[in-house]
Amino acid sequence: MIVKQLWSFIRKEAMHIFRDKRTLVVLFVMPLAQILIFGYVISTEIKDARIGVLDNARDYSSRQVIDRLVSSGYFMVQDYYSGREQMENALRRGDIQMAVVFAPDFGSSMERPDGAQVQFIADASDANTARILVNYAEGIVAGYEIESTDVTNRRKKPLVVEARMFYNPSLRGVFMSVPGIMAMILILVSAMMTSISITREKEYGSMEVLLISPLQPWQIILGKVAPYVILSLVNAFSILAIGVFVFHVPMSGSYLLLTFVSLLYILLALSLGIFISTVAPNQMVAMFISLFALMLPTILLSGFIYPIENMPVWLQWFSHLMPPRYYISALKDIMFKGAGLFVVWKEVLIMTGFLVAFLFLSIRNFKVRLE
Amino acid sequence: MEASTHVINVRDLVKKFGDFTANDQLNFHVEKGEIFGFLGANGAGKTTAIKILCGLSLPTSGLVEVAGYNVKTHPEKVKKSIGYMSQKFSLYDDLTVFENIRLFGTIYGLSTPEIKKRSDEMLSRLGITKQRNRLLSTLSLGWKQKLAFSVAVLHRPKIVFLDEPTSGVDPITRRQFWELIYQSANEGITVFVTTHYLDEAEYCNRVTIMVDGKITALDTPSALKAQLECDTMNDVFLKLTRPN
Amino acid sequence: MIDVDSLSKKYGQVPALCDLSFKVRKGELFGVIGPDGAGKSTLFRIILSLLLPDSGKVRVMGLDPVKDYKSIRKIVGYMPGKFSLYEDLSVEENLNFFASVFGTSIEENYHLIKDIYQQIEPFRKRPAGKLSGGMKQKLALSCALIHKPELLVLDEPTTGVDAVSRSEFWAMLHQLKEFGITIIVSTPYMDEASRCDRVALMQKGKILEVATPGEIVNGFQKTLFGVSIGNMYRLILDCRDFEMVETVFPFGEELHLTFKGGGDHSEELREFLKSRGRDEVSIRVIQPGIEDRFMALMGTS
Repeated sequence: MIVKQLWSFIRKEAMHIFRDKRTLVVLFVMPLAQILIFGYVISTEIKDARIGVLDNARDYSSRQVIDRLVSSGYFMVQDYYSGREQMENALRRGDIQMAVVFAPDFGSSMERPDGAQVQFIADASDANTARILVNYAEGIVAGYEIESTDVTNRRKKPLVVEARMFYNPSLRGVFMSVPGIMAMILILVSAMMTSISITREKEYGSMEVLLISPLQPWQIILGKVAPYVILSLVNAFSILAIGVFVFHVPMSGSYLLLTFVSLLYILLALSLGIFISTVAPNQMVAMFISLFALMLPTILLSGFIYPIENMPVWLQWFSHLMPPRYYISALKDIMFKGAGLFVVWKEVLIMTGFLVAFLFLSIRNFKVRLE
Repeated sequence: MEASTHVINVRDLVKKFGDFTANDQLNFHVEKGEIFGFLGANGAGKTTAIKILCGLSLPTSGLVEVAGYNVKTHPEKVKKSIGYMSQKFSLYDDLTVFENIRLFGTIYGLSTPEIKKRSDEMLSRLGITKQRNRLLSTLSLGWKQKLAFSVAVLHRPKIVFLDEPTSGVDPITRRQFWELIYQSANEGITVFVTTHYLDEAEYCNRVTIMVDGKITALDTPSALKAQLECDTMNDVFLKLTRPN
Repeated sequence: MIDVDSLSKKYGQVPALCDLSFKVRKGELFGVIGPDGAGKSTLFRIILSLLLPDSGKVRVMGLDPVKDYKSIRKIVGYMPGKFSLYEDLSVEENLNFFASVFGTSIEENYHLIKDIYQQIEPFRKRPAGKLSGGMKQKLALSCALIHKPELLVLDEPTTGVDAVSRSEFWAMLHQLKEFGITIIVSTPYMDEASRCDRVALMQKGKILEVATPGEIVNGFQKTLFGVSIGNMYRLILDCRDFEMVETVFPFGEELHLTFKGGGDHSEELREFLKSRGRDEVSIRVIQPGIEDRFMALMGTS
């Protein structure tokens, strides 16, 4: 009977969600729109990108490479520099988007086993563009390399391309935005939607009837959150899928671990939502608490948009209290570094701590009466 | 012309929403100073008719004149000549008594000295001069309703529309409320009351009963009771809406 | 069935209930009648274990709503004042939901709700939000009944519903009495008192009287007169000016009037009104109603 009661409650909750078409559309379209915006607003079409050349070799091979870059149509040589400092200034001023630096012995060293040196230095304050520029340039150089070396030498490494991102070494852009958006959307769906749906019952007076019924508090809570767990997971994976397939965000870690960490974070967010609903008297208050106490700090303090290391010290301390911070950090480790549980155990432990604390608080706060 | 004493004049009013006829050939007029009850079950078309009378919605066909203006051509002039009070919303709880009066006085274009003069008059008549600067939320429901009615007639409208004005208040307060209504009617303000609480109908000079978008009865309460051999308006209503 | 003994409750500094005592018998249709803010909902919620009393004792079938709230919640059916169904679920889904929440099924107790539910069954696929007020009320009652409660608590079920539906609703409650269900129902409408077996009149957190409707009306000791004439407002003012008049209340097309001492001074009043130029006054002795009594009790408390 207990299971049947719970099941009918979950089914009812699912019906509420699926009949509210507008909210549903927002819930599913918003994350996708967000990631597309983050992905594309930053990136631009690559055409006639301004490059600067610091050719320390001045030989046939280096000229060949420059010719190839220019004739591809993607690049346009803005200037030639004689010294490194001059080049860096141009890069800093934004006169050029990428610098190409040839090592002094570029041409001759192509025949040597350790290969020749060419360096691409991109202005990564526009991270997405920088990444694309470097990718294109690398492709062009690789093409030249294949043509210019004979088959017997192919095993060797004739060209050593070194790409370097200036000013934004960790490439905050679409890559970074994927974990951030996931953290934000999950908080939104899980915490805000559950807190609203519980307070709605209070507001409409149906909570009184539920309290009078033989339903146990845990059944009401579980019934309320179960559909949102699934909804949140679907959201998490759709964001991830767009990140990986559209923007080629690397996903080098284990999907199983990622699911586990996400589930933990979703549960944490849900327990936060339940907690909010126990203190908020109506839907409007629940929404405001969720927005201002969860959404904004998630965006601003979790390192999603502003690097934590650039914050004032007291804010840095404050950011330790932001659960999304740990989720974002764990996601980055898993996705970009392929980290396993032994790397992210600290984050997992902290999130579990938060979860237990909020669950404890909300169960303690959940009232079996109206006061 | 006799029409000059008709503050509300409705001829062949029809309002359709697509295929659905909400108001079907309504014909009635309301005299100056009359307390006119507009009754009907939920969904009988009362709300639609009121919206048309207040200039919020246009009739599909027919002539509707309120305070001498055609609602089709002069809705703004109609709005200036009427007052409105409803059970659902009357005044702002988080403003003081005087702030509420000032707000609605200003909305209806009264000058500041005029608002002050009229509000002093009103408050002393209601006997709540001391409560002038209290938040409305601290007043009892009965006082709020009496105040809301007084604010609705503050700009001396020709007609005041009351939507279920006295449901839920105690019997003495309700009588005080109806005395206020009588007083306004006595001063020449026409009072148009919509309600589905039949005991409120007994206070009206004339009542009309709407069933399914049509007017099925229009007379004084005593005439209706005599005609249908009923003791109360409640029985009259039941008989008309459920003929079997 | 219900035993309330010197019950008091405050919200902060505001007293909501002051020292209430009354009993509800098994199988009774008991009305709690009073205006908004009288404390009806607070009283019901305490009985239902949803609120805690500050002082006093409440027993529902011998159970204490403070300690035995779980047991009480199993035997009561409750229809709160606000419409508490899920508007986005259909009639059928609402009923199914409440049935399974209470661990039962529609089939099991269908006989209880049959007469009520049949009237809304043609609309069973319609979302509850799109029902008329009267139909919502029937659905809410069906949902409150589906687990066959022994005590049915209805908080202002007829507020905001038209006269036809109200009258149907009271007829349904009388049918339910046949199943032996005890019903307590609150309403702000005095005229509904006559539909109850016994009523408690409430005002400002106090009970004015508990009795049968007949007893309550009989408690009106004075002779009541109905006075009428064309212009009500003038008539009210004139009657008040007559020194022997005690109370004057407009009552629809008539004034209800009593004289000091409760006797008959109607001829003197007629003369007085004549002197004011009101010739065609009708003055007659009438039967008091619940409302007259309620106002008399309000005056004395």
